[in-house]
Amino acid sequence: MDLLRFSTAGSVDDGKSTLIGRLLYDTKSLFEDQLQAVEDASRRRGEGYVNLALVTDGLRAEREQNITIDVAYRYFATPRRKFIIADTPGHVQYTRNMVTGASTAELAIILIDARTGVLTQSKRHAFIASLLGIPHIMVAVNKMDLVGWSEDAFEDIQAEYGAFAERLGVDDLKFIPVSALLGDNVVTKSSNMPWYDGGTLLHHLEHVNVGAHRNLVDFRFPVQYVMRAGPHHRAYAGRVASGSIRPGEEILVLPSGRKTRVRSVDSHAGPVLEGVAGDSIALATEDELDISRGDMIVRPLNLPSVDQELDAIVCWTSEEPMREGTRYWLRHTTREVRAFVSRVVYRIDVDTLHREEVDGFGLNDIGRVHLTAAHPVFFDEYALNRETGSFILIDPHTNNTVAAGMIRGAVRREQDLPSVPSGDPDARPRSPDVVWESWNITLQEREARSGHLAVVLWFTGLPGSGKSTVARALERRLFGLRCQTMLLDGDQVRHGLNGDLGFSPEDRSENIRRVGEVAALFFRQGCITLCTFVSPFRVDRDRARAVIPEGRFLEVFVDTPLEECERRDPKGLYARARKGEVGHMTGISSPYEPPDDPEIRVQTVGRDVDEIVDEIVEALRGRGVLPA
Amino acid sequence: MPLNRRSHLGQLESESIFLMREVAAQFERPVLLFSGGKDSILLVHLAARAFAPGRSPFPLLHIDTGHNFAETLEFRDGLVKELGLTLHVGSVQASIDAGRAREEEGPNPSRNALQTVTLLDALEELKADAALGGARRDEEKARAKERFFSHRDRFGQWDPKNQRPELWHLFNGRKNAGEHFRIFPLSNWTELDVWQYIQAEGIEMPSLYFSHRREVVRRDGVLLARSPWNQLMNGEEWEERTVRFRTIGDATCTGATESRAASVADIVTEIAASRTTERGGRSDDRRSEAAMEDRKKQGYF
Repeated sequence: MDLLRFSTAGSVDDGKSTLIGRLLYDTKSLFEDQLQAVEDASRRRGEGYVNLALVTDGLRAEREQNITIDVAYRYFATPRRKFIIADTPGHVQYTRNMVTGASTAELAIILIDARTGVLTQSKRHAFIASLLGIPHIMVAVNKMDLVGWSEDAFEDIQAEYGAFAERLGVDDLKFIPVSALLGDNVVTKSSNMPWYDGGTLLHHLEHVNVGAHRNLVDFRFPVQYVMRAGPHHRAYAGRVASGSIRPGEEILVLPSGRKTRVRSVDSHAGPVLEGVAGDSIALATEDELDISRGDMIVRPLNLPSVDQELDAIVCWTSEEPMREGTRYWLRHTTREVRAFVSRVVYRIDVDTLHREEVDGFGLNDIGRVHLTAAHPVFFDEYALNRETGSFILIDPHTNNTVAAGMIRGAVRREQDLPSVPSGDPDARPRSPDVVWESWNITLQEREARSGHLAVVLWFTGLPGSGKSTVARALERRLFGLRCQTMLLDGDQVRHGLNGDLGFSPEDRSENIRRVGEVAALFFRQGCITLCTFVSPFRVDRDRARAVIPEGRFLEVFVDTPLEECERRDPKGLYARARKGEVGHMTGISSPYEPPDDPEIRVQTVGRDVDEIVDEIVEALRGRGVLPA
Repeated sequence: MPLNRRSHLGQLESESIFLMREVAAQFERPVLLFSGGKDSILLVHLAARAFAPGRSPFPLLHIDTGHNFAETLEFRDGLVKELGLTLHVGSVQASIDAGRAREEEGPNPSRNALQTVTLLDALEELKADAALGGARRDEEKARAKERFFSHRDRFGQWDPKNQRPELWHLFNGRKNAGEHFRIFPLSNWTELDVWQYIQAEGIEMPSLYFSHRREVVRRDGVLLARSPWNQLMNGEEWEERTVRFRTIGDATCTGATESRAASVADIVTEIAASRTTERGGRSDDRRSEAAMEDRKKQGYF
């Protein structure tokens, strides 16, 4: 018999407690004395029905207020499977409890009231489930009895919610029309909805593939405890976080980097052939190495990321707000290190999914931060490995758990720039046998002297859109403000540096690649670097962006319609292209891909250049590039 | 046949062992609360397994109400000897004699609530910073809200409305001086899981769990066993019945149930078909709707 852990999110109004009550009752998991106690309590409270919510809401305060506050765990089994339910509240003020329940769940049941349809909170539940990486989501469209068992009502909800979930990247989404109150399609198939030919809720719970979220590839073994039994026995106890290990395999220990082999994999009953994700085992090694709690044992050819700067999504779980620079304990696997929040990147409005700029987080806030740890952390992306991608933050004064975190990756830093961020298909080219040296004078020192931030302003737009005119006027203005500036222009770099390139798509890409590198050098010198290039392909602009630290590459889209550009035609290129005299003319015979979400967008039709420059300078002040 | 590590029992065992090793790593002076019941016996066995081939680092602490079934103490001492463990006993009688606790008055006195005083005194005396208990979330609604690592303040109190969130498999045992943690490695086990594991692993259990003839009296729907501490009330009479105990605790409040289950296999079958909870026979839980929550806030097990 196997085990499925699932979570339920919703409030009493959705019928969540009734659904759980029904599931327990119909699987004969609710006992007579429990039912008796609930009946007695319902009667004492003057309720005219058996309030099944009293089965799940265990705390006095919950029963008084008729809401679920804290996560409650419920257990039931069928002949096929044992189930652990993490029953979580649905209200936004208990988001942290929802996150807690979701953190160990493999499946989430989200309740939607068929009468009210898809509400903001139903979307929030799907967002949290997808954020926590729950692989299966089951939507119980409840109270079908109150909409006359209507197929249309069910299908409307399915269409609307399905479209929303698709945006979240939910892979496995199932919809089931139920009536928790009457029991239709919970444990037994409904005769009221012949149009529904899928299985019941319990059928799906019994047949969903368990263990799909486990990473069975990357062997990670956080050392939990060093066991000594007698002078000659030393073994490293722990739970295999992911992957598997067998005796005789070569292993590497982090952080020391020392290698040895596994002598034996031991369970409490003696040596076993293999340790697999989830197993509590102990490893004995061939060589005596200095290994202690918090170290991680891995395979030499499959290493996790090792970094002190983490880019992560956190859910704030404390009444005490989070601010940049505050110090915490960061607990990750069996390791604990000091860390502080070096940057609050944004907060996510969990109801609209919009990103908001904020200074810190309050209770239940979810958002993205950068963390700096005092020692390296050995991690994988949360999306690839829940066990080695998750962490908590602990307040060193109150000892409370103040945040739940999911690692996205390492923060891209200046000194990392020569290495291309993971996921980028093209590694940044380098000559053979060269080693990167760090910059002599850091960017921070240069910026401290100049009084403004270094940025790359990447002007893109059709030929004739006005990129150069605007950029030249802007640079003049910035120079007047005593800024360090540099302007790189397409025609300039094609004299000399890029004189060997033509206008084929390949050559255009290489042109932009080189310009990006040159821009990066000026950037590093502390300049506000203005680049005016048609740069028609998104992928090329993104590559130029990738070599600049996040937030310092600002795309300026000069958004002038093609007709207007063609009317202006300052270099006579459009006229020549129309006559067939210029091959690969962007906008005519070669495509232009406008940016999806440029940092700055300006329109030029009927506007004065100074007015546009004012607008960009304001935007730079707003982003803190220039002092206010 | 060895336990299938992919099965639900294998996963529960692995989780409990992980928890116990975490306690050994995070705390300096942990103790294991031993009641004599099946859950704490299972806990002792799992602790032995978590540190095999070495010894469990947890000494046992038994809070003795003085109202024990003889079989319980006999079994306890045998287990301690077999596994080479250290046993501490906190005596409720001693707390009463020292004036730290007062015997309940009335017709049905129980020392159940008094255990809290003795327990907290014993933890302080042993300077224990963590106490492992066999409580399970399926037992009772307040226990369904418990964490694996459950914080207790300097007065041993539980604050159920302000518990630390417990995420993934990351357990926060940080605390200030004088505070301690209650640790519940069996949180996710059900009564049936416990018996199935006992069956699969051949773990020995006290005779009280198996059906036998015993003199009992029916009171408030509970069968109380004849003992020096249970007095007959008006019109009551002792009668001999075939019973077994589903839980074992203080003899004054632990009820027997009528049963013919004479082996572990019988018990597994009986529980799988049972329509009442195991704590249905505990008069201590029946005192009010939130009896357990209230006792736990004070520092009870």
